Amino acid sequence: MRIRRIVLAVGAVAVLGAAGFVIAAQRPLIPEIDPPAPGTFDRALVETGARLAAIGNCHVCHTAPGGADYAGNRALPTPFGTVFSSNITPAPGSGIGHWSQAAFGRAMREGIGRRGDHLYPAFPYPHFAKLSDADIGALYAFIMTRRPVETVQRPNDLGLPFNQRWLMAVWNLVFFDAAPFRPDPQHDALWNRGAYLVAGLGHCGDCHSPRNALGAETTAEALAGGEAEGWGAPALNAASPAPVPWDAEHLDAYLRRGWDVEHGAAAGPMRPVVDALARADPADVRAIATYLAANEGGASADRQRRASEARARAGKASLPQPAAGEELGAAIFAGACAACHAGGSPMVPPHGIDLALSTAVNEADPGNAIRIVQGGIQPDDERAGPWMPPFAGAFTDAQLASLLGYIRAHYGSGAAWTGLAAKIHDLRQSKGGA
Amino acid sequence: MITLSVNGRAHRLDIDPATPLLYALRGELGLNGAKFGCGLGQCGACTVIVGGEPVFSCLVPVASLQDRPITTLEGLAAHGKPGALQQAFIAEEAAQCGYCTSGMIMRAQALLERNPAPSDAEIRTAMAPNLCRCGTHMRILRAIRRAGEALQKALPPADRQPDR
Amino acid sequence: MTGITPSRRAVLKGGGALIVSVTLSAGRALAQGAGAGAGAAALPGSLARTPLIDAWLRIDGDGKITAFTGKAELGQGIKTALVQIAAEELIVAPEAIELVTADTARTPDEGYTAGSRSVADSGTAIRIAAAQARALLIGAAAARLLVAPEQLRAADGFVVADGGRRIGYGELAGAELLHVRAGPQANFVDAGRHRLIGKSVPRVDLPAKITGGAAFVQDLRLPGMVHGRIVLPPSYGAKLREADTASIERLPGVLKVVRDGSYLGVIAEREYQAVVAMRALAAAARWEETPALPDPDHLFEMLATLPAQAISVRDGDSTMPPGTRVVTARYRRAYQMHGAIGPSCAVGLYQEGALTVWTHSQGVYPLRAAIAELTRLPPDKVRCIHAEGSGCYGHNGADDAAADAALLALALPGRPVRVQWMREQEHSWEPYGSAMLSEARAALDADHRIVAWDYRVRSSTHATRPGGRAGNLVAAWHRDTPVAQPAPQPIPLPAGGGDRNALPYYAIPQLRVVYDFMPAMPLRVSALRGLGSYMNIFAIESFIDELALAAQADPVDFRLKHLEDRRAREAVTRAAERFAWSAFGRRPDRGRGFAFARYENTAAYIALAVEIELDRESGRVRLVRAVAAIDCGEAVNPDGIQNQIEGGILQAASWTLYESVQFDRSRILSRDWSSYPIMRFPAAPDRVTVEVIDRPGAGFFGAGEAAQGPTAAAIANAIADAAGVRLRDIPIAAASVKAAIGV
Repeated sequence: MRIRRIVLAVGAVAVLGAAGFVIAAQRPLIPEIDPPAPGTFDRALVETGARLAAIGNCHVCHTAPGGADYAGNRALPTPFGTVFSSNITPAPGSGIGHWSQAAFGRAMREGIGRRGDHLYPAFPYPHFAKLSDADIGALYAFIMTRRPVETVQRPNDLGLPFNQRWLMAVWNLVFFDAAPFRPDPQHDALWNRGAYLVAGLGHCGDCHSPRNALGAETTAEALAGGEAEGWGAPALNAASPAPVPWDAEHLDAYLRRGWDVEHGAAAGPMRPVVDALARADPADVRAIATYLAANEGGASADRQRRASEARARAGKASLPQPAAGEELGAAIFAGACAACHAGGSPMVPPHGIDLALSTAVNEADPGNAIRIVQGGIQPDDERAGPWMPPFAGAFTDAQLASLLGYIRAHYGSGAAWTGLAAKIHDLRQSKGGA
Repeated sequence: MITLSVNGRAHRLDIDPATPLLYALRGELGLNGAKFGCGLGQCGACTVIVGGEPVFSCLVPVASLQDRPITTLEGLAAHGKPGALQQAFIAEEAAQCGYCTSGMIMRAQALLERNPAPSDAEIRTAMAPNLCRCGTHMRILRAIRRAGEALQKALPPADRQPDR
Repeated sequence: MTGITPSRRAVLKGGGALIVSVTLSAGRALAQGAGAGAGAAALPGSLARTPLIDAWLRIDGDGKITAFTGKAELGQGIKTALVQIAAEELIVAPEAIELVTADTARTPDEGYTAGSRSVADSGTAIRIAAAQARALLIGAAAARLLVAPEQLRAADGFVVADGGRRIGYGELAGAELLHVRAGPQANFVDAGRHRLIGKSVPRVDLPAKITGGAAFVQDLRLPGMVHGRIVLPPSYGAKLREADTASIERLPGVLKVVRDGSYLGVIAEREYQAVVAMRALAAAARWEETPALPDPDHLFEMLATLPAQAISVRDGDSTMPPGTRVVTARYRRAYQMHGAIGPSCAVGLYQEGALTVWTHSQGVYPLRAAIAELTRLPPDKVRCIHAEGSGCYGHNGADDAAADAALLALALPGRPVRVQWMREQEHSWEPYGSAMLSEARAALDADHRIVAWDYRVRSSTHATRPGGRAGNLVAAWHRDTPVAQPAPQPIPLPAGGGDRNALPYYAIPQLRVVYDFMPAMPLRVSALRGLGSYMNIFAIESFIDELALAAQADPVDFRLKHLEDRRAREAVTRAAERFAWSAFGRRPDRGRGFAFARYENTAAYIALAVEIELDRESGRVRLVRAVAAIDCGEAVNPDGIQNQIEGGILQAASWTLYESVQFDRSRILSRDWSSYPIMRFPAAPDRVTVEVIDRPGAGFFGAGEAAQGPTAAAIANAIADAAGVRLRDIPIAAASVKAAIGV
């Protein structure tokens, strides 16, 4: 009897606790406002917001391919199913036209919609939690002055239990650090601005940090490397695989232009990031570069030595002689790659990167190198920039494997890549690519 | 010694294995279709078809082409008659200087073999790797559509693609 | 001094040869050069210089007809048009005519194929020659058949009498019949009975190009032919300090390495061997460079300070009348390149003391003279034969590649040497279209009529074609005894260079137009399709819209208000109607724009209406739709005209929206398509419509360059319509538009 009463009591507490939690998880609705007229926003504030939005890159997730700007419905694949981004134009019906700045701020920093609904962290509110009130105000001014477009929202494709939004309250409890950004007095204003942007608006960790099984980033491994859309996002801490360690100047150039002569060109999901950063405040990009370069180890003696060594390995006078079995890879390299990637490339900087300096060639995982070779790198429109043709159609899987094996052997500094042909085959089938 | 299969015929060539296919086609085999435009994979004037895929022949070394069927402009004719695309290009007068034409036709051929009834947007995306400096884009698009329709009509009704 | 600046002495001496050949191609009926005599001054077109009929037409004993033209097929369809004309007047099928083009050993000297004058100059000559040849054939038949000429008619290669007696052309022509001077008048086939002129006869050159026949200079294969490549300096004026040529000579297939001062080249058996050797030679070369390029961020400010010769295009008072509303604007145009899709190529063969060069140069005669000077061969030992290249759109690297073929051929006598320029060589060393800047001021009276206009334009030369001078060839600058580039000369009006179309075609009572011609060439420049007309029409037609806005007038109505020429008014009206200008439906981020011009103020009329769409997020502009109405007189081949205008619109849209040559203080940075992007298929418009207004009997005007300037202006006007912002600097790139419209 007593055991039964204890079990019942525990069960009742659990159910009441869960019910209480569910009730508490439901957050209050913030009342609608009339959509503010665009003219009511200070022009300078809107411009500040635009520059911040370039760092947050709202556009890339909230715009469907061929769709209206910021009107959502872009598919965002996650390990839990597909989430479709929401319409953040100031349309009153399907957009956020009725959202006050308070509602906008709560969504950005707490992941709660105007009606009190929980948002999924595919929307990087765990990062945006760091945003200051002033930046929220500027972003709000920018967003509310976009063209309103009514849409029909595509429903998310999530199975149980992930389609239960209220469960995000549990996830937040465990994984969401809502603390605001705290500057570090040990570092100067530029570094702190960079730290603020990287941790917050830039949400770099979304791609560049590892995630646990429930999709949360772990602070201990911040910027230790992650993945995005099948591409590997390299570590931005001391484990950075770049042969020439990044310094602030080169990283700044890379982020603003999309390429650096000692590191190569932005590829895959990084391309829209650098495209947007071209419109950010250059001082902010400089701050990001400063912080990240320091985060990777700064101008330490060891890193400077590694930089010199990498540069020395680069600039071979002639094509490397193939070892036995590498003849095909060497012939392909000579006929297909050397025109741009060996000495004397006719293209202006960025040329074809000297492969001894390429991060992708020097990573333990060949995935990025495979994707770049298969898909090439081109700008989306008639803009000057890095150009590499795709080679997926030109060579068979076995031939690409020979080529990449040769490149790794003679330009990479690490163990040989294994299982290349199979990986190449798999990536060919998958939807990702440059 | 490399054996290349070009337009259904085998050719044994004693050349540097790193030689890009373009030079083998033009130099060793005397074929005029594929042309040198940039050697960098940016303009498509050298486009040919290898195993059904459109490729930049300026960047494919012959060493990788053993046992892979190569089709050039010269291989599109059947029984001495120009192929459907060629006929469409002639009918639409889809050329000004004509230098980009061979590459255009080969890339379009690869498209139509893969996707017999492409939409206008699909044609444009497929043809984006090929440049035309004379500005003949509109006629080229018309010729490709025309050839696609002609190929569709030649099929039994059951095999035709629905209109898009 | 910066860039390629002629020496002071060269400026003072002047460039005589250049003027002569340019004037010939620009002028009408100027009796100069050999062959002119009494009465020659009255002959129209190229007959003035080459009055003998059999210089233009030969008929063999077996009746085979060969026509000769000094003009070259550039992909503009001139071969077809000339064949149509000859076949029309000789009453034969087009297939019966074999046309020989531009060969210094066989064809008349017609200067350059340029300025859209081919049909006017060569077509007129061939037409008269063919019509008079027909009359001569009939006359000869009349004498033989003892009937009156009126009872005979020419048909399909025969002169036929009533009753069926006939004699073939071949039998009648003999050796001497056509060896007579043409007369100024001819009995043309009646326009009502035209079989060919005015019909869209299919292009004679296309089937080979579409089916893989040999069609281009790049396709030439001569017995024993070998392959050459050159290594150009990394920047203008760079000097070669060292080059280990010995190691290059040992590379597989290499036959010869050529080094002469800073001039470097290599010849090999196979083409890829030449490419490999070229790369090795380039890697082995050490250069001493002298930064000589302007600061790209302050280019126009710098250009405005360079010495210039002020040329009065129209003398007038520049003071704006009192009580008027004055509008001013300033326009700019960056350096832009031809960017021929096929980099320049030539084949040279030197044997038994004679040099033959197969080249896609636009002017084989002036090139021959320049190569003769370069190689120190007597001109009659140099033969230049035109073979088609890819579209060149003006003076590109063709002549320079020809010079390289000549020099390399001399280094390896007895073997034809094929020299192919690389993409980056064509991009870096071709002569560009000059950067230009202009200022416009005009006054509107109370009736919103333009009553005063003051326009001033500044440019480097638009003409550094060889013109018989080695100094205009790149190879000549780099050899051990270099030849300096001669001082450029302005092209006289009405054709003009930087002042082409600087004079507005509108009825404006008080007009002053000045051209500041800068002899200096900070970047290498020459003729690019349209020459100064691209920029001047862009400026004038943009400015007209700015005035229309100030007058609160519709842009089309405002133009009609100031146009008196009937043909101009018709072109404007037709384009507007076909576009449905007054019924244009307003859509967000879409705009319409209009432009009109008469090329060189004396040639083809064109009016153009366009619709653009604007992406506010990026500032990107796309041409959506274009409608043109073109009146180029008697339309020989309407489809050919449409092709040229469509192509001109798309090419000019690419220039206007994307293109500017990039450089730093030392080097050209636009070296390939990644660093100089041009229009690709996704950006091409949805629809382009060209209406050809045919005017039989009204003479021929070329259509090749008419669309360039109007396209630029129409696009700028459409952007202003869509977004309320006025962009005045070409290129109108996405970043500029975005900066103008803001966030």
